[in-house]
Amino acid sequence: MISLAVDDLSYFGRDPWWLVVVKAVFCFAFAMLTVLFSIVWERKVVAWMQLRIGPNRHGPWGMLQSLADGIKLMLKEDVVVKGADKFVYVLAPVVAAIPAFMSFAVVPFGPADNEISVFGHRTPMQLTDLPVGVLYILATASVGIYGIVLAGWSSGSTYPLLGGLRSTAQMISYEIAMGISFAAVFLYSHSMSTSQIVATQQHTWYVLLLPVSFLVYMVAMVGETNRAPFDLPEAEGELVGGFNTEYSSIKFAMFMLAEYVNMVTVSAVATTLFLGGWRAPWPISTFWAGANHGWWPLLWFTVKIQLLLFVFIWLRGTLPRMRYDQFMKLGWKVLIPVSMVWLMLVASVRALRNENYDFQRVLLYVGGGVLAVLLISLAADVFRDRAAKKAEGAGQAGQEGPGDRFDPMAGGFPVPPKPGQTLPPVPRRRSRAPEAAEHQLVGKDGDDA
Amino acid sequence: MTETTVGIGGAAEGTDMVLNIGPQHPSTHGVLRLRLVLDGERIREAEPVIGYMHRGAEKLFEARDYRQIIMLANRHDWLSAFSNELGVVLAVERMLGMEVPERAVWTRTLLAELNRVLNHLMFLGSYPLELGGITPVFHAFREREELQNVMEEISGGRMHYMFNRVGGLKEDLPAGWLGRARQAVADVRSRMDVYDRLVLGNEIFRGRTRGVGVLTPAAVHAYGVSGPIARACGVDFDLRRDEPYLAYGELGDVLKVVTRTDGDCLARFECLLEQTHNSLALADACLDRLTQLPPGPINQRLPKVLKAPEGTTYAWTENPLGINGYYLVSKGDKTPYRLKLRSASYNNIQALTELLPGTLVADMVAILGSLFFVVGDIDK
Repeated sequence: MISLAVDDLSYFGRDPWWLVVVKAVFCFAFAMLTVLFSIVWERKVVAWMQLRIGPNRHGPWGMLQSLADGIKLMLKEDVVVKGADKFVYVLAPVVAAIPAFMSFAVVPFGPADNEISVFGHRTPMQLTDLPVGVLYILATASVGIYGIVLAGWSSGSTYPLLGGLRSTAQMISYEIAMGISFAAVFLYSHSMSTSQIVATQQHTWYVLLLPVSFLVYMVAMVGETNRAPFDLPEAEGELVGGFNTEYSSIKFAMFMLAEYVNMVTVSAVATTLFLGGWRAPWPISTFWAGANHGWWPLLWFTVKIQLLLFVFIWLRGTLPRMRYDQFMKLGWKVLIPVSMVWLMLVASVRALRNENYDFQRVLLYVGGGVLAVLLISLAADVFRDRAAKKAEGAGQAGQEGPGDRFDPMAGGFPVPPKPGQTLPPVPRRRSRAPEAAEHQLVGKDGDDA
Repeated sequence: MTETTVGIGGAAEGTDMVLNIGPQHPSTHGVLRLRLVLDGERIREAEPVIGYMHRGAEKLFEARDYRQIIMLANRHDWLSAFSNELGVVLAVERMLGMEVPERAVWTRTLLAELNRVLNHLMFLGSYPLELGGITPVFHAFREREELQNVMEEISGGRMHYMFNRVGGLKEDLPAGWLGRARQAVADVRSRMDVYDRLVLGNEIFRGRTRGVGVLTPAAVHAYGVSGPIARACGVDFDLRRDEPYLAYGELGDVLKVVTRTDGDCLARFECLLEQTHNSLALADACLDRLTQLPPGPINQRLPKVLKAPEGTTYAWTENPLGINGYYLVSKGDKTPYRLKLRSASYNNIQALTELLPGTLVADMVAILGSLFFVVGDIDK
C-alpha cells in the first residue's frame, strides 16, 4: 500500500523553482478571484431571493463591487481599541487569513500525470501533493480557527469574547464529525493523498458510494466556515459582530477575506473528496473522451466549486440562525454518532468484501444489522412515549387535587397565585360604547311589548 | 470634606459578566437598553433601562389644541400612527358628544385594520431577521409597499397619516380608491402564505421559538400585558370584540380573536400572523360595506375654536401592539388639562424582567423580538 502511494506521488516535487512559484501564485490568484466573484455572486443571488436587484454600479453586472469594497475598507480608519492586547489583536486577522489559502497547495486542479505544458515544461495541474494531503488540509483549517479565538480574546470586550468562545466550541465539535466523514473516504481510496483520492473516483464518485459521509461533511463545512445558519461566532443579531466587533479597516477585511477563502477551500475539498475532483460530470464524460485531459479539468473543477458556493449562499438566504446549544446538540448527538455508525458500516462492508464474501451475503449481514438497530430504536421510542404519557397522566391527576384552590385574600392580604394555582376569570366590565347601550334599550322595549 | 462611596455592584465580586445590550444594539431596534448579568451565556438577571427616547409627549399634549394633539399623538408608536390618532379623536368626540357620520366610521375601521396589517407585517419580517433569517423582511416590505401606496393616496403620508379629525376624517376618499384598495388587499392576501412556508415551517425557526420565553397568564395580568402577546398566553381579551368601538360591533362574524395557549415565542408569532390574516379579511369586509353605503359626509363642520367641555374620559382602543388608552382631563379650555397616554409597549416590555433570567443570550434575542415593541411607544 505504501509503495503504491509513493508511486503515485512520483510526478510531484520535480518542478523547477520558477514553476513552483508560478503554481503557488496561481493557487493564490485562483482563491482570490473566486472570492471576488463569489462575493458579488452571493449578493446577486441573495438579492434575487429577496426581490431586489443587488449591486450593479461597479463594472459590468456589478462584477467589480467587491474590488471597490476592498479598496474602501483599506482606506478606512484603523482603530485599535484601548482595552486590546495589541500584539495578539494585530496578529489575529493574519492568523485567520493565511491558513485559509494554504490548503490550496494540495488541491488537484487536474490529472496527476504531467498533462499540461507550462513554457514547454510538462507538469501536473497541482502545486504539490503529500501522502497525508487531507491531514494537512485539516491541520491548516484548524490553525485558521486560532485567528477567530484570539481575536475574540484580545479585543478586551464582551461581545467578541462570547463570539470567540462560541467559535472554540464550534470548531472542536465539528472537526470531529468532519474527520470521521473523511475516514470513510480513506477506506475506499486507500490513500490520504488528494490526487490519489480523485484518481480512485474514476468510475463512481464518492458522493454516490458514501452519501452519508457527504451529508455530514456538508453540514460540518458550513459549521467550519461560520456561515449561516451556523454563523454563531459573529451572530450580528445577538453578538453585534461577535469576534470582529472591534475590528475595522484592513483587519476587518482580513477576516472577511478569511471567511470567503475558507468557503472556497472547503468547497474545493468537498469537490476533491466526494464530487470526483476535476473529473467531468457524468453525461459529458460518456461522449467526450477529451473532457478529462488538457486544461479542461480546470473548468469542471471551477464549476463544481461554484455550485457548492451557491449552496452556501442558498442556505444563507433561507435559514435563520441556530441557537448555540442546539448547534452543539446537532454536532455531538447527531453528526458524530451518525458518522461513527456509518464508518463502522463502511468498514464492515469493506472487510467482508476483502474476505471474499459475495455481495448478497454482505448486503444480508449489513442490512440485517441496520434493520435490527432500527427496530430496537423504534421499540424504545414506543415505550418511552408510553412512559411519558403515564407520567403526564399521573402529574395531571396530582395537580387536580383539592386544597389547591386560589384564595386571593389568604392571610387577610391580597396575594398572587402560588405555582400551580390558577386565577379566577377576570370579570369583564360592561361596555361603555353608545351602540351597546342602545341595544339594551331596544331589549327593554321588546320585553314591555 | 464629604466622603463619597462608590458602589461597584455584585458583578465585580463574582465571575459574572455584565453585558449591556444597547442602547445601540441590532436586536433592540431602537434605543432600548438591557442590563444583563451573565453566567457564561446564561442570563442571571435582566433589567430593561428605558427612557433614552423620551420626548415628553404627555407634557406637550398640554400645550397643544385638540387638532394639533392628533399630530403629536400619532408619533409615539410610529408603526400604528392611524390607531394612535384614533384614540385621541374618539376621546374628544365623546367629550363633545359628537356623532360621527357612518361613512367616516367605516372608513376609520378600514384604515385602522390596514394600519394593523402594516404594523404586523413589519414584525413578521423583522422577527425572522433577528433570528438570522434575512429574507422574509424583504417579502414583508413588498406587501407593506402595496398597502402604503393605498394609504399614501388618501392621506399623503406613508407612516404618519394625520388623516383623523375630530368628527370624522380629513377629506373624502378619491374616486376609484376603493377599487385600488381592494386590489391591494387581494394582492397581499394572495401572497401571505410566504410566512407560513418560509418562516413557520422552518425547523430551525420552530426550534428557536418553541418553549422559549413562556409568559404565564398570571404574569400577563400582573404586568398589564396586552395585544397579541397577551392573547398568545391564552388571555382572551380584545377590545374590538369585548368593548366594540368604531364599526367592530357589526363585524362580529368576520372578526376572529386569535388566541394561543402556549405563551412562548412561537405562539406569539403565530398569533401575529393569524391576526394579520384576519385583519385583511376585516379590511375586505369594510370595503364591501363602504361600497354599499349611501353617499354622505365624511366629517363634521367644526367651530373655529374647538373646546372640550369640562370633565374626564378614558378612550382605549385595540392598537396593533395592544391596548392604547388616552385619559383626557379637560377644564373646558382649548388644550387638555392633562392627557395621560397608556401605551401598549410600555407595559409589554416590563415582562422582560420575568422572562429573561435563566435563558441564553441567543434566547434573549428571540424573546425580545417576540415582544413586538416600538421604542417610541415605550418611552413616549
